[in-house]
Amino acid sequence: MWLIDSSIGRKLIMSITGVFLVLFLLFHSLMNIVVIISPEGYNMICEFLGANWYAMIATSILAAGFVIHILYALFLTFQNMRARGAVKYALKKNQKEVEWTSQNMFILGTIVFGFLALHLYNFWFKMQFVELSGHGDVSKAADGAYWVSQLFSSWIYCLIYIVWLSALWLHLTHGVWSALQSLGLNNKTWLPRVKTISNIISTIVILMFMSIPIYYLLGFGSGI
Amino acid sequence: MAKKKETTEVEETKIDARIPEGPLAEKWSNYKDHQKLVNPSNKRRLDIIVVGTGLAGASAAASMAEMGFNVLNFCIQDSPRRAHSIAAQGGINAAKNYPNDGDSVYRLFYDTIKGGDYRAREANVYRLAEVSNGIIDQCVAQGVPFAREYGGLLDNRSFGGAQVSRTFYAKGQTGQQLLLGAYSALSRQIGKGAVKLYSRYEMLDVVIIEGRARGIIARNLVTGKVERFFAHAVVVGSGGYGNTFFLSTNAMASNGSAAIQMYKKGAYFANPAYAQIHPTCIPVHGEFQSKLTLMSESLRNDGRIWVPKKKEDAEAIRAGKKKATDLSEDERDYYLERRYPAFGNLVPRDVASRAAKERCDAGFGVGNTGLAVYLDFSEAINRLGESVIRARYGNLFQMYEKIVDDNPYRTPMMIYPAIHYCMGGIWVDYELQTSVKGLFCIGEANFSDHGANRLGASALMQGLADGYFILPYTIQNYLADQIQVPRLSTDLPEFDEAEKAVNDKIKKLMSIQGKKSVDSIHRELGLIMWDFVGMGRNKAGLEHALEKIKEVRKEFWSNVYIPGKEVDLNNELEKALRLADFIEIGELMARDALMREESCGGHFREEYQTPEGEALRNDEDFSFASCWKFKGEGEEPELLKEALEYEFIHRQQRNYKS
Amino acid sequence: MEKNINVTLKIWRQVGPKEKGKFETYKLDNVSTDSSFLEMMDVLNERLISERKVPIAFDHDCREGICGMCSLYINGHPHGPDGEITTCQLHMRNFKDGQTIVIEPWRSAAFPIIRDLMVDRGAFDKIIQAGGYVSINTGGVPDANSIPISKVDADEAMDAASCIGCGACAAACKNSSAMLFVAAKVSQLALLPQGKVEAAHRAKAMVAKMDELGFGNCTNTGACEAECPKNVSISHIARLNREFLSAKFKD
Repeated sequence: MWLIDSSIGRKLIMSITGVFLVLFLLFHSLMNIVVIISPEGYNMICEFLGANWYAMIATSILAAGFVIHILYALFLTFQNMRARGAVKYALKKNQKEVEWTSQNMFILGTIVFGFLALHLYNFWFKMQFVELSGHGDVSKAADGAYWVSQLFSSWIYCLIYIVWLSALWLHLTHGVWSALQSLGLNNKTWLPRVKTISNIISTIVILMFMSIPIYYLLGFGSGI
Repeated sequence: MAKKKETTEVEETKIDARIPEGPLAEKWSNYKDHQKLVNPSNKRRLDIIVVGTGLAGASAAASMAEMGFNVLNFCIQDSPRRAHSIAAQGGINAAKNYPNDGDSVYRLFYDTIKGGDYRAREANVYRLAEVSNGIIDQCVAQGVPFAREYGGLLDNRSFGGAQVSRTFYAKGQTGQQLLLGAYSALSRQIGKGAVKLYSRYEMLDVVIIEGRARGIIARNLVTGKVERFFAHAVVVGSGGYGNTFFLSTNAMASNGSAAIQMYKKGAYFANPAYAQIHPTCIPVHGEFQSKLTLMSESLRNDGRIWVPKKKEDAEAIRAGKKKATDLSEDERDYYLERRYPAFGNLVPRDVASRAAKERCDAGFGVGNTGLAVYLDFSEAINRLGESVIRARYGNLFQMYEKIVDDNPYRTPMMIYPAIHYCMGGIWVDYELQTSVKGLFCIGEANFSDHGANRLGASALMQGLADGYFILPYTIQNYLADQIQVPRLSTDLPEFDEAEKAVNDKIKKLMSIQGKKSVDSIHRELGLIMWDFVGMGRNKAGLEHALEKIKEVRKEFWSNVYIPGKEVDLNNELEKALRLADFIEIGELMARDALMREESCGGHFREEYQTPEGEALRNDEDFSFASCWKFKGEGEEPELLKEALEYEFIHRQQRNYKS
Repeated sequence: MEKNINVTLKIWRQVGPKEKGKFETYKLDNVSTDSSFLEMMDVLNERLISERKVPIAFDHDCREGICGMCSLYINGHPHGPDGEITTCQLHMRNFKDGQTIVIEPWRSAAFPIIRDLMVDRGAFDKIIQAGGYVSINTGGVPDANSIPISKVDADEAMDAASCIGCGACAAACKNSSAMLFVAAKVSQLALLPQGKVEAAHRAKAMVAKMDELGFGNCTNTGACEAECPKNVSISHIARLNREFLSAKFKD
């Protein structure tokens, strides 16, 4: 199967899952921003994305996307380490054109993944999971705004999220254009343009996410 | 062969180039129409060894494998793509007449003969011009990215020694692109198993069985093991011997050892004195220098060569008190334009080189050594703009800047002649077969086609002509009679003997354990060659050189030190084996130059020049190719002559003035 | 201006592919800043020979930046710290008096060490043998001008074709990926009508061979382009991806 056997096939999988996850993030961040504008509206979205069949299918696909992306990342990283050989360079420097993020995607990905577990515990576990399993406080399962204000009332959590989102931002600045490059959607003229567009997309997504902890950190969200 | 001492007189040994009958333009077609061919099922049973993977070797190996022969291909580098053909910059000639400027096969033939100062074989050169167009077609079909016009058709530029634009090019990397084309064709055959590649192998002898070349002895350069290989025919395309001079534009590993091995097994070494000094190289700058870098001749299309008019200015520049840009137009001597108004800066290489030497010897040279002249682009930059010049020569300018640390867009380049190419080489007949049956020699390694001087962009043409279009035909005329010969065992006594001789030589070298490194002795040889067998030669100097070379040989065989082990990777041993042969070649060059009492092309004897300082040929006495025959170690070689008869061209003194 | 400097060299020495290697330190005085890096190495080797020691093995040949034979990882960079050149074109004026220079071989599982600084890059040849050509025999080809090719395409093909096969891309890549090398050839031939005919087969065959030989996966770090002595662009990698993916989807 060439999607497993060939390096470009594997990269195709990384790119497609990556692009899919970016689209998810875009959707997620658009949704989140609502909590600032209208907590009621936000809760309507939470209700809509509860334990419904369509939301469940979407969640499953999303989870599969994550799992495949992570498994392939492990697979590729392992192969790449083996290709590098047993003896490492004693001295290795990078030219300034080489982005730091591009060399550390696996580390950034691991950080993102670690915080993701925390994030799932704080939200998904208390919301969709409660609805599904019936355990816990079902009345608050769709009250996203409550959980958001609850969590971000702690400035530590605000900071944790800001750090996490920064790592995600770095991951995306390389990831987005890299996915397009791996899909072959690039050429000499478009290379710098694709990079710029990717940076803009990742920055918008992350700023939308980050506006929430910042909003709470600055005390605007305390009223809820 | 070498063991048989022949006592016949010089005049009696007739050298027959086996040129086909008929009018010049029909010789090659006649030959092809009547030559013997080998049928496909027999081709599979015939092995051919090809030594070298440059333009000639790679194209020959690939073409013969495509035909169905079983090919064994050897190269000393780690990959066939490293052969020094890759370094050719400027371009490749062909008589396509795409620019509609009056070119034709005849004109390319004529220019090549004239450029070679009427010392080449007419029939060979005509054939070369004839097949030149096919080379361009072949390379384009392989995906060689030649430069193109906006209309999508191929672009041409002009080169020295021609009044038409017939040079096809790929930026300043034409040799690279052509070699990679041949390398890709070769790689395709290696992938198919039709060619077996032996990289990091060096040929150390040719094996002769019953008077025919039947294999080689080669050393695996990684393990140091000496191995034997059989073939029905052996083809050598090992390049030129310019490194005899130590400093040359050749690659570090380029050598003349295969030529000497063939010579010692009975192949004649022809015209060794004809070595080309390229006019546009970066000048020597220090004693640590390991090689010289060529700046493409194409630079002379837009660059103007000059030195100061006044000696005081030249002295001030040498002392660092003045800069080139300080001198006004009136204070500059564009000596090529002055001496050769018709061709100007585009005179042939030998003429341009000698003119530079003449100016420097007269005290007008620049640079801190005084051994340099200016190559100035300011006029072209003003006329065409820097961006045009950058597009044409950007990579060359960058190369110059990296080496010299000077920006040629602002200040003129400094250049000086350097040894670049050897027109001389192993004698071959019309079929590219040496005087040993079954032993063929192609590309720069043979002596054919360029006479006493090679025109720019003709080396690539000759290498590929030999490899793609000539040898694959002519070798069949030989192999057709060999189809009954089985694959012989490499345990035959001839193989034993050849391998033993090689091992003995290696043991002898390793056992000397003297005080001098190989390179230090090579440098001594190089200095003797440059001073006495270089651009200006004379009787006394050449006789002196012969004496000095004897001393170098003695020093080498008694005082060289080679570290490391015999059967192991050992770079110093490799270099020593090559140097042993460079010493032989140096002596042959000096001997040939001394014998040839005339000036022609790259061979300039100071005693024989016109009052204006131009080369003075002597067609009466020296209209022949000198073929040196090995007579045994320590014996003087015998001179045989292949008379050059000009049936179709009327010889005249070369004139690039009007 | 020319001057002389003193340098300390930390050079990797290793007898064979299986043996363990280590750094040796050499001090070299009075090195002319006008000499090339390899000339400096020559001087060191001459000294070692005069001391009856075994000289350092390193690959080199044309010494004008085109044959691709020279390698060396110098102070953390393939072909040294200076840009757009090979090791043989690197000059000592790029180093300071008293500087320590670390010299290592190309390191990659696909480039086993032969000795000291010499590595086996035969893998690159094998990739070309798998498909880096146009399948035509000698003779019987159409006239060179029978198919016009746009100057833009020809120039871009030339940019890709300027690859010298030195291996700096795979040596510099943290994944030891050979994608830039493969892409240069695939892209050159895909851009030209002569090579377009079998472009799909070529891309598949060359990538399969590259993977088989143990090179890593490209993660678009761009280190290859940044270190490439011929400045081959990673946009060719995008074209390779395109060629490969479209070939696979067509199957």
